Amino acid sequence: MNVPAKDSSTGGANTSTSNLEFEEPGETYLDSNELIINMGPQHPATHGVLRVILKLDGERVLGSECVIGYLHRGVEKIAENRTYTMFNPYVDRMDYVAAVSNGLGYCEAVEKLLNVEAPPRANYIRVILTELNRIASHQLWLGTHALDIGAMTPLFYTFRDREEILKIFEKYCGARLTTHAFRIGGCQYETYAGFEKEVKNFLTFVAPKIDEYEALLTSNRIWMERTKNVGVISGPDCIALGVTGPVLRASGVQWDVRKAQPYAAYSEFDFDIPVGTKGDTYDRYLVRMAEMRQSLRIIEQAVNSIPEGPIMARVPKVIKPPVGEIYHSIESPKGELGYFIVSDGSTQPYRLRVRPPSFVNLQALDLMVRGLLVADVVAVIGTIDIVLGEVDR
Amino acid sequence: MRCEFAIWSKAFRQQPGANDDALNMADETKSPGPPEDVKNPPLGRTEERPGAKAAAPNKDSVPVAVPWTSPMVEKYRSQYGSGLDAQTYLGQHYLTVDRSLIPNILRLLRVEEQFDYCVDITAVHYPKRERQFDLIWMLYSFSRNERLRVKTQIADGASIASSVSIWPAANWLEREVFDMFGIQFDGHPDLKRILLPDGWKGHPLRKDYGILQQDQEWVQINLGIESGQ
Repeated sequence: MNVPAKDSSTGGANTSTSNLEFEEPGETYLDSNELIINMGPQHPATHGVLRVILKLDGERVLGSECVIGYLHRGVEKIAENRTYTMFNPYVDRMDYVAAVSNGLGYCEAVEKLLNVEAPPRANYIRVILTELNRIASHQLWLGTHALDIGAMTPLFYTFRDREEILKIFEKYCGARLTTHAFRIGGCQYETYAGFEKEVKNFLTFVAPKIDEYEALLTSNRIWMERTKNVGVISGPDCIALGVTGPVLRASGVQWDVRKAQPYAAYSEFDFDIPVGTKGDTYDRYLVRMAEMRQSLRIIEQAVNSIPEGPIMARVPKVIKPPVGEIYHSIESPKGELGYFIVSDGSTQPYRLRVRPPSFVNLQALDLMVRGLLVADVVAVIGTIDIVLGEVDR
Repeated sequence: MRCEFAIWSKAFRQQPGANDDALNMADETKSPGPPEDVKNPPLGRTEERPGAKAAAPNKDSVPVAVPWTSPMVEKYRSQYGSGLDAQTYLGQHYLTVDRSLIPNILRLLRVEEQFDYCVDITAVHYPKRERQFDLIWMLYSFSRNERLRVKTQIADGASIASSVSIWPAANWLEREVFDMFGIQFDGHPDLKRILLPDGWKGHPLRKDYGILQQDQEWVQINLGIESGQ
């Protein structure tokens, strides 16, 4: 601050007795300095390569702008130059912490275009793995989000327990992260011997662990101070901005693609859609914790009633969907993940558009951070739960 | 494995209209294996959509788009006449709307029909057509639990009214369409590139933009390397 020391000791520029010759600087000289600062792209709390330009008044955020695209790989262009089958593994690389969900959305979209349906057994396996993946994704979100805010322990707890899910994935399809678990028409692999037992063991293992995370955070005073009334967004604002997933539900809109337009075998299971009331960071935390428990409920019902039968529908070896276009969306851990495919009747998609939930949800960041402190921006980025691989594609 | 690769890659090279032997191939091979011609991927294909004869994997039932009528469609058809066409394909409804009617129709869908959630905006490029681009809005109504697509055709270099004032969500979505296809949106608050760098030349999702193509000049100046490939 380039104000003479004697001025600030007597109340600064507001003193009418000041003999300095400059124009009236306004109420106080503290709010006259707007500062533009750059956050990222190499900032650990931005979960990847997100750059946010912040306009600050002191510590208060006046506005923000996201600069994205650092991870742009042209997934949609690649799709136009690969066959339907070849493109399947690429979708895992978008939201790489929820690869199973991405694969489910893509496979179901192509199945719709081909007008085939996966057999019931495949659908049950798909539901079990997708819900396991939802828990894994939420665990990773919780660990990193809590770490951003300053709680280090949850990270170790969640990564320890997420490992058990990755072990099931690894045993099922050989990969832990980019699983490529499903194929167009069903699943490639039959469940391994002892799959049901291991999944059931996992359910009994992880239920008390979720209570453990809650014991660490839910009534933790620092956690509540940092998350309550931070990043508030209303339900109508969410809808206007196209925000979906837990962020929308925490703002009180009870909407979930699994219930609204059920896909796979979701219509056969009994589960609730947890909603929040205030739409702040704390509510979003509670909603995701409740979602993990609902996922456990779904898995439990599914694993106890996996039907017998084939796991692959009759799909031609070379996939050539008829001329036409289709939009199909699923509820990924981040929100509505949609695929819009235009087929020209050849072996390659004429156009494939991915509707990424992280990309659209990130748009709400500006609205959510206005008026907050700089430290809260980190909490809000964490609470939207973005994966930059999916934002940039 | 060698033999499986050969069969598979032969099948892969079949283009539209090829014989159906490949479709009925024995289904014993597990994974397709790496593509043989990964170094020479087919570059951006520029052919038009072939006729429906090229595609028939499901011999029993080939779905076709059929006209769709509903009270909403009837109302708009009587109002706008031939500028509007409603169809349904595989249970998904879409309206094909004349470009001049787009701002009105979108606003009416939002205000009168409660399509309050703009899911996505995207485009498709057909280089051989006179009006080269299909522009598509995907809408959803929470109160009706219905999805609807609105399509229009637009020529290269032409612009269309921005829908940011109707759905704020359209902001980034329109920016991405501009970035990837070069379609201008009139009245957009901040129409600039979103995924590619600001100074980049070209719009990569156009069909005449090859998959290996890059803005060499930008790469050399900004990254200090000869080529990104």
